[in-house]
Amino acid sequence: MRVTLKIWRQQSPNSKGKFVTYELDNISPDASFLEVLDILNQKLIKKAEGKDVPYEQTPIAFDHDCREGICGMCGLYINGRPHGPDERVTTCQLHMRKFKDGDVIVVEPYRAKAFPIIRDLMVDRSALDKIIQAGGYISINTGSAPEANSIPVPKHMAEKAMDAAQCIGCGACVAACPNASAMLFVAAKVAHLAYLPQGQLEAMRRVQKMVEAMDECGFGNCSNTYACEYECPKGVSITHIAKMNREFIKAKVVEERYE
Amino acid sequence: MKIDAKIPEGHLSEKWTNYKSNVKLVSPANKAKLEIIVVGTGLAGASAAATLGELGYNVKVFCYQDSPRRAHSIAAQGGINAAKNYRYDGDNVWRLFEDTIKGGDYRSREANVYRLAEVSNAIIDQAVAQGVPFAREYGGYLDTRSFGGAQVSRTFYARGQTGQQLLLGAYGALSRQIHLGKVKLFTRRDVLDIVIVDGKARGIICRNLVTGEIERHSAHAVVLASGGYGNVYYLSTNAKGSNVTPVWRAYKRGAWFANPAFTQIHPTCIPVHGDYQSKLTLMSESLRNDGRIWVPKKLEDAEKLRRREISPNDIPEEDRDYYLERRYPAYGNLVPRDIASRAAKERCDKGYGVYATGKAVFLDFRDAIKKKGRKYIEEKYGNLFQMYEKIVNENPYEVPMMIYPAIHYTMGGLWVDYELMTNIPGLYVIGEANFSDHGANRLGASALMQGLADGYFILPVTIGNYLANEIKTPPIPNDLPEFLQAEKEVKDQIERLMSIQGKLTVDEIWRELGNVMWEYAGIARNAEGLKMGIEKVKAIREEFWRNVKVPGSTNYYNEELMKAGHVADFLELGELIMLDALHRNESCGGHFREEYQTEDGEALRDDENYAHVAIWEYKGEGQTPERHIEPLKFEFVQPKQRSYK
Repeated sequence: MRVTLKIWRQQSPNSKGKFVTYELDNISPDASFLEVLDILNQKLIKKAEGKDVPYEQTPIAFDHDCREGICGMCGLYINGRPHGPDERVTTCQLHMRKFKDGDVIVVEPYRAKAFPIIRDLMVDRSALDKIIQAGGYISINTGSAPEANSIPVPKHMAEKAMDAAQCIGCGACVAACPNASAMLFVAAKVAHLAYLPQGQLEAMRRVQKMVEAMDECGFGNCSNTYACEYECPKGVSITHIAKMNREFIKAKVVEERYE
Repeated sequence: MKIDAKIPEGHLSEKWTNYKSNVKLVSPANKAKLEIIVVGTGLAGASAAATLGELGYNVKVFCYQDSPRRAHSIAAQGGINAAKNYRYDGDNVWRLFEDTIKGGDYRSREANVYRLAEVSNAIIDQAVAQGVPFAREYGGYLDTRSFGGAQVSRTFYARGQTGQQLLLGAYGALSRQIHLGKVKLFTRRDVLDIVIVDGKARGIICRNLVTGEIERHSAHAVVLASGGYGNVYYLSTNAKGSNVTPVWRAYKRGAWFANPAFTQIHPTCIPVHGDYQSKLTLMSESLRNDGRIWVPKKLEDAEKLRRREISPNDIPEEDRDYYLERRYPAYGNLVPRDIASRAAKERCDKGYGVYATGKAVFLDFRDAIKKKGRKYIEEKYGNLFQMYEKIVNENPYEVPMMIYPAIHYTMGGLWVDYELMTNIPGLYVIGEANFSDHGANRLGASALMQGLADGYFILPVTIGNYLANEIKTPPIPNDLPEFLQAEKEVKDQIERLMSIQGKLTVDEIWRELGNVMWEYAGIARNAEGLKMGIEKVKAIREEFWRNVKVPGSTNYYNEELMKAGHVADFLELGELIMLDALHRNESCGGHFREEYQTEDGEALRDDENYAHVAIWEYKGEGQTPERHIEPLKFEFVQPKQRSYK
């Protein structure tokens, strides 16, 4: 296959970025999208000579790690969609067979106020960690757990919790949202724990703390466009946002008792 | 040289209890004065850092990724073993111990493995209390499934994402301690050296990957949880960034490396398809609960399949060779990984392999779908089937999966004693980075168990025994001469890498190393090949230092520079792996020496001469490392030839 890549190049958080065009030929349709970026980077490295290589000709920085769709580290905005044109995949699992010979492919970083650009296609998503740190867990110390089967969980509730818990923290929901909202990410954790009996004791505190952290990090609000669910590589459902909203209202109503 | 594993006295079942009763304690007030560095945030690192924080220590935790939740434990699919015996199928701590030590082909310590089995149940309790959404029965109680090398059903799971869910549990606990200020998190840091002061591990040197800055961090003790070294083979199921560097630098600072040749080849990975390929993807061992492995019985069918003239579904039942069921009727498709991998290679070498390359076998769900229904299969393995379809572009509900063995896990690692401390006081190693519990072959669903056992339940106890003697030591200054010297060496190496500006990219050299490793130190090894392999690795290493090209500069995110540093260490480790393989004149577990096999092609151990841990001591640049041994004593189990027939 032959493809034209228009890639966002930006040297540092505060420098001005721009699109740079690269042509690639003889790409196998079985190659993954990140492997195509690898191929391009290899070419750029091979070609560059001497000290004063123009920035456009240096390798492109992008985040990636497991390359099997679970670590959540990769995430590119490809042809206007987080993780590109395939359904329910991360960028590393997007394969070139989803494109046509001769396609022009536009590649950008995730754009959101809460995700500052580090370099080229890399962004800083530590805001997502901050939200979890604020309360996205059950507060239990090592060693104090009761016998596992002393906490039975109805199968359908365990399945619902698992559906929400599948979130990989890639930030595609934020990138897809016109408001750059992290509601789906926050809701996935709130719902996962709220569906389980173990998570009940802290449920009210948790949802408030996490929403507060989300707002502090500069994420926008939800206006029900459903873009997040549509683009989520794990298919995390927007119904979890409804669950989070219920939890939040419940917590607000009885706030005085719990704070 | 004195090698003391510090195994406590007493009967196997009393050792850990006795140890815990006698271990020194550190008071809460003193814990608050002590600092600990943890390198790595996978299951072992995150659980250790969180627990140490809960105990009141001041913890600094480092990872190279942008978030601790990315660590590669996240990719573990199938499950975690525990001796709960919820199924009442005859399981108990002794059986889990026995299966694990037998699965490791009697090349691990009895006391360590027994302790692992002993704490396994507490891990499940802990994870459930954290909200890990394990699979459940309709009654609301925990479900289990079977894994290789066991005749009981003791593997707890969360669909095909057990590692993810357990890691997110540990990440939650870690996040809580970060929020409480007991743990300080350093992301995007490449750990490049271990600092030893007066014989004790006192800190690390790392590079901030975003700014390029070199940093010195000090502490009273250092814990390495940086994972395995499978990426020395280039193509593996490891994450792209997984590296041996912290472990290797510790080795070069005097920590012993144990059993480097014990590498695990996982039988069920998606086959290699192109030379641009960047990594291999695992298909969980749990699939062997319902999938049946086969190749055609007739060579001409295999050839037609390779040319895609027929579909596997066209091959009638009587022309299929379910070779695992045929050779190992007692365990069938659930034989341990080393055995399943060798059996696949045997069939492919004889010409029965499928896929364009001839390097694949089928993993077929036809019968399970017929018997249990598609919905059942979807519920159990849905995400794995989807992953397979995205990569291979075939629907595994309709045509059998194609799989082939690939490097997956490394049993070898830094030598640790019963307390998980290396021979360097104050330097601890946990999880895959150490060598301790899996012998020559790890059983499926035991990596998650070991990582969390080490991190939640073992290290936080044993480290107190050392730190109790450090309570009078004030905070370690990070500008001691040893820190400055280590920092200088790190900077010098970076400068050297940048100054070569040769013709070959890091990836080109890494691939070449990987090919040599796979060829000579892969599924099967022999003395002649290993000798040749060592020479080839040396040549590649020389080529690297003469002709590598690292572009860009050092003061911003430069992935090529990071990779170059990692590959430089792999190029040294590769030689050690081969040296160790060459010196172990027997076959055991994942280490299969062609010269040592039974008549029917099974691994032939030599307990008289090799029932020991091989320990390698670094002797300086260009010197051959020295081999020592820690004899393995079997007081409670009788090593026998492993049979799964």
